[in-house]
Amino acid sequence: MSEDLTRLTVTEARARLDRREVSAVELLQAHLERIRQVEPQIHAFITVTEEIAQTQAEEADQRIARGDAAPLTGIPVALKDVLCTVDAPTTAGSRILEGFRSPYDATVVRKLRQQGAVFVGKANTDEFAMGSSTENSAYGPTRNPWDLDRVPGGSSGGSAAAVAASEAMVSLGSDTGGSIRQPAGFCGVVGLKPTYGRVSRYGLVAFASSLDQIGPFGRTVEDVAIVLEAIAGHDAYDSTSVDTPVPDYRAALTGDIRGLRVGVATEYQVPGMDPEVERVVDEAIAELQRLGAEIVPVSLPHTKYALATYYIIAPSEASANLARYDGVKYGLNLPGETLLESYLQTRGRGFGPEVKRRIMLGTYALSAGYYDAYYVKAQKVRTLIKRDFDQAFERVDVIAAPTSPTVAFRFGERTADPIQMYLSDVFTIPANMAGLPGIAVPCGFAQGLPVSLQFMGRPFDEATLLRVAHAYEQATPWHRAVPPLVEALTARAPSGEAE
Amino acid sequence: MQLSRDVVDHVAMLARLGLTEEERERMREQLSSILEHVGLIQELDTEAIPPTAQVIALQNVWREDEVRPSLPVEEVLKNAPDAEDNMFKVNAVLEQS
Repeated sequence: MSEDLTRLTVTEARARLDRREVSAVELLQAHLERIRQVEPQIHAFITVTEEIAQTQAEEADQRIARGDAAPLTGIPVALKDVLCTVDAPTTAGSRILEGFRSPYDATVVRKLRQQGAVFVGKANTDEFAMGSSTENSAYGPTRNPWDLDRVPGGSSGGSAAAVAASEAMVSLGSDTGGSIRQPAGFCGVVGLKPTYGRVSRYGLVAFASSLDQIGPFGRTVEDVAIVLEAIAGHDAYDSTSVDTPVPDYRAALTGDIRGLRVGVATEYQVPGMDPEVERVVDEAIAELQRLGAEIVPVSLPHTKYALATYYIIAPSEASANLARYDGVKYGLNLPGETLLESYLQTRGRGFGPEVKRRIMLGTYALSAGYYDAYYVKAQKVRTLIKRDFDQAFERVDVIAAPTSPTVAFRFGERTADPIQMYLSDVFTIPANMAGLPGIAVPCGFAQGLPVSLQFMGRPFDEATLLRVAHAYEQATPWHRAVPPLVEALTARAPSGEAE
Repeated sequence: MQLSRDVVDHVAMLARLGLTEEERERMREQLSSILEHVGLIQELDTEAIPPTAQVIALQNVWREDEVRPSLPVEEVLKNAPDAEDNMFKVNAVLEQS
């Protein structure tokens, strides 16, 4: 058997495709074969779009033959199923969108189509991206490729697991409170949440509109940089997307972080933190120092209020956004005697428990008599959280922190207590509150499971985040680690960067 | 802090969520516990702090008020559980006089 094409990076695949050593169709076949092998266990996808992918791969080969390939032409990509696609169902992991077919593509989907990317499927997600484990998906959970008894994280657990298990080369997810970074960490891959406004949200099923951002997953920082460059930029269809030039992100990957000031905040030591995770992250920070970075203590005094603030603001925005699911315009409709009765039935039975909980929480926080005490108060605390970061970034270039306080947890371990589930996002939520970019990069193992290092940066300074994450990655072996399940399927050791 | 059943029922109606008896009781317990947790922010003095609705400096975006193509009506209505004459169809809302 020839080498395992599913272990190539985008950069490696690009070179092979352009030299015509491998075709986009062959690359796709290798990934479809992997999907057939592992999907019964992993369940990373709600829908596998084999036919669409086949057509796209054939078109990609023609385009490559013409010599006008874009960076992602022929590259197999998974899309989180909250991204609207005209040619495949978009479920948001919810029964209430059963049968829905979007009349338009999300802007990020359109941009990837224009590049000639190959869409292998719509990846599993917690319902409406609300969750930290994919256990809230109406289509059943995704399993972690590193340990099938454990969650892949969430909400973009399908997107993370698909890349970790080589079912897709890269993928897109969305991050409202950590939904890209936390699953990237749990599955041992790289995940980036861009600055709020860096990527258009048009065609993203809305959860909390002042926090949501779309971002990439990959097995290397460079792959993530390539995808970010493809999807970033202003969009007339999203008035919150910012008209700032998109830099050449790959040019930022110099490997040199000498003199870079890396902030470490004492407030990121929380009760419930796994001591082994803490040790691995401390070691990673020491490695940054060895690479020439300057480690600077910073203070983010309002960190402990971020989770509470998030669980007022995000559900409030969600309760307004999810008002549109009324059984009238699309999706599930349960008839009633009256229109009101139909609303109550459709929404009561179409939404799952976590979504209903958050709609209730948000409706409560926005209702007469509670609005000032909860919603406005939370917005004021959000100002304080943002100010903490503004002050810290006067002294440092990036802030390093754990991505999550623990490694991937077991199924069912946190479903009984919503607050326990929410706590797994304690380190990722602050970046969303402040609108900052954040990247999660593998930094070792604890109890045999991946541990992840997070960097947060200044608004629109994804380039520096990518630079530091890449320098760390290249100095360490973690990105070459392969889940045992995948290892067993690989005919021979992955080519990696063996040169 | 303990929510009353009346408040749960009221909020469920505002949110147009038809909940079962069991769901209402569970919701009362879980929301009470979450509200207690998020109540942590009440200890902060925010008297002089302006609220942040969203984090980037944005200005209103204007464009010429000109007719442009929109999504095809038939494409949009294809998803509707019930439609008639280019409209979404629902049960009567107003009483007949």
